[in-house]
Amino acid sequence: MSQPTDQPSNTGRREFLAGATGVAAATVVAPGVFLQSVANAAPRDTAVSSDVRYGMLIDTSKCADGCNDCVTACDKENGLDMLVKPEGADDELWDMQRPRWIRTVKLRNNLTGHVSTLPMMCQHCEHPPCVDVCPTGASFRRADGIVMVDRHTCIGCRYCMMACPYNARSFIHEAVQFKLTATPRGKGCVESCNLCVQRRDNGGTTTACQDACKQGAIVFGDLKDPNSAVSQAMSKYPTVQIRADLKLNTGVRYTDV
Amino acid sequence: MKGKFGLSLLMALCLGLCGGLGVVYAGEGVEGSAKADRLDACVAPTAFMRRNHFELIEHQRHITVHEGIRKTDNSLAGCIDCHVRRDAQGSPVPVNAPGEFCAACHEYAGASLDCFTCHATKPTGN
Ligand code: HEC
Ligand code: HEC
Ligand code: HEC
Repeated sequence: MSQPTDQPSNTGRREFLAGATGVAAATVVAPGVFLQSVANAAPRDTAVSSDVRYGMLIDTSKCADGCNDCVTACDKENGLDMLVKPEGADDELWDMQRPRWIRTVKLRNNLTGHVSTLPMMCQHCEHPPCVDVCPTGASFRRADGIVMVDRHTCIGCRYCMMACPYNARSFIHEAVQFKLTATPRGKGCVESCNLCVQRRDNGGTTTACQDACKQGAIVFGDLKDPNSAVSQAMSKYPTVQIRADLKLNTGVRYTDV
Repeated sequence: MKGKFGLSLLMALCLGLCGGLGVVYAGEGVEGSAKADRLDACVAPTAFMRRNHFELIEHQRHITVHEGIRKTDNSLAGCIDCHVRRDAQGSPVPVNAPGEFCAACHEYAGASLDCFTCHATKPTGN
């Protein structure tokens, strides 16, 4: 097993200029004819690099039992709330199979009886089992640590769903009628939390779940940047990786579990 | 106005020569209601677009999904945003609806794509 790659290192780290505005530009092809350029907020123009590793720290002591705010926000951000139950479908089955990128989970310590409530999503492993088992390379880990599915190459075999120890992946069972431009989806592919990849690529600094949490239980950021809020918090509090015994080196960490 | 007419004439001629495609965009969308209708050029020269647009988009899809590159003129979302037409009430008409920009030509050319089983066919605001 290789060295964990999430140790703070600042070498060659690009300062990301959030908030810079794209300027509409045009190139002349013939007198009076300009090729069009599309303006955008602060989109990336270089490939993501492993100078960054995105991750999250979740303080479960702040997670109120029954609170669902992060799940609701995630559903909205990623168009999951637009999916409709197929006509005549069984309620229970729909509830079990409907795509969710975050689930709220209760963990009970069998020795002490202590119960913690926490949001469970893709843990963005450094050694992701979903990527290992994928026969087409659709399941991949982006250079900046985001584990995701390229749905253009996903064949819907669902090996990854079986391989994931966190039950973090969903399958789209039915044709999708309503979708957002930002989050395309269709029948027959697997998907999961991608750390709000559109926000990452467009200069955003937060995730939807983090923004929605009134308790401030979720801190998102670059695990390799010692000055990021998430690294700072991790240096102050004892944190755990769930199922650390599997040695996947997850990018999502928890306190007070 | 005159320039635009000349250009359309040239385009029609070019269409005939380049691919034998004589496409009329006769969907529900109102003539002239797409952003593209008020512009003179696409993101690359028209003749190139006609023949190679799918290569542009497919290249784009790889670098966007795998490398996170979003500063681009060739995003699928961008094609749709500029080429989508509006109906008489001003609502966008899906680009893959019969007779609309992407569909009219694909129907004619016998090209079928699965992109729109997943991708939104009109701008959704985000
Ligand atoms: C199974 C669902 C699915 C199908 C089918 C599909 N895509 Fe995608 N596509 C996605 C998802 C998911 C993304 C990632 C969205 C993002 O992060 O912007 C994406 C992103 C893209 C992007 C980058 C974003 C953009 O708007 O430019 C392009 C280009 C693209 N797809 C092109 C295509 C083309 C061309 C086809 C048809 C040949 C196609 N896709 C079919 C799901 C799909
Ligand atoms: C900013 C607006 C804009 C964007 C973005 C844009 N286009 Fe265009 N496109 C145009 C205009 C304007 C024309 C007509 C050019 C002309 O009159 O010669 C055109 C022409 C075309 C043509 C030739 C049509 C014909 O009748 O032969 C194709 C094909 C095309 N675009 C596809 C695309 C695709 C695919 C994308 C996304 C990669 C895209 N366009 C993005 C404005 C745009
Ligand atoms: C001028 C006619 C024309 C227009 C307009 C046009 N297309 Fe196409 N498109 C074609 C042809 C012809 C093919 C098939 C090329 C081939 O198979 O070699 C094609 C193929 C494609 C493919 C590849 C499909 C695949 O599965 O490999 C994509 C993606 C595509 N078009 C997207 C678009 C989009 C999006 C628009 C609207 C913005 C559009 N096209 C408008 C003629 C057109």
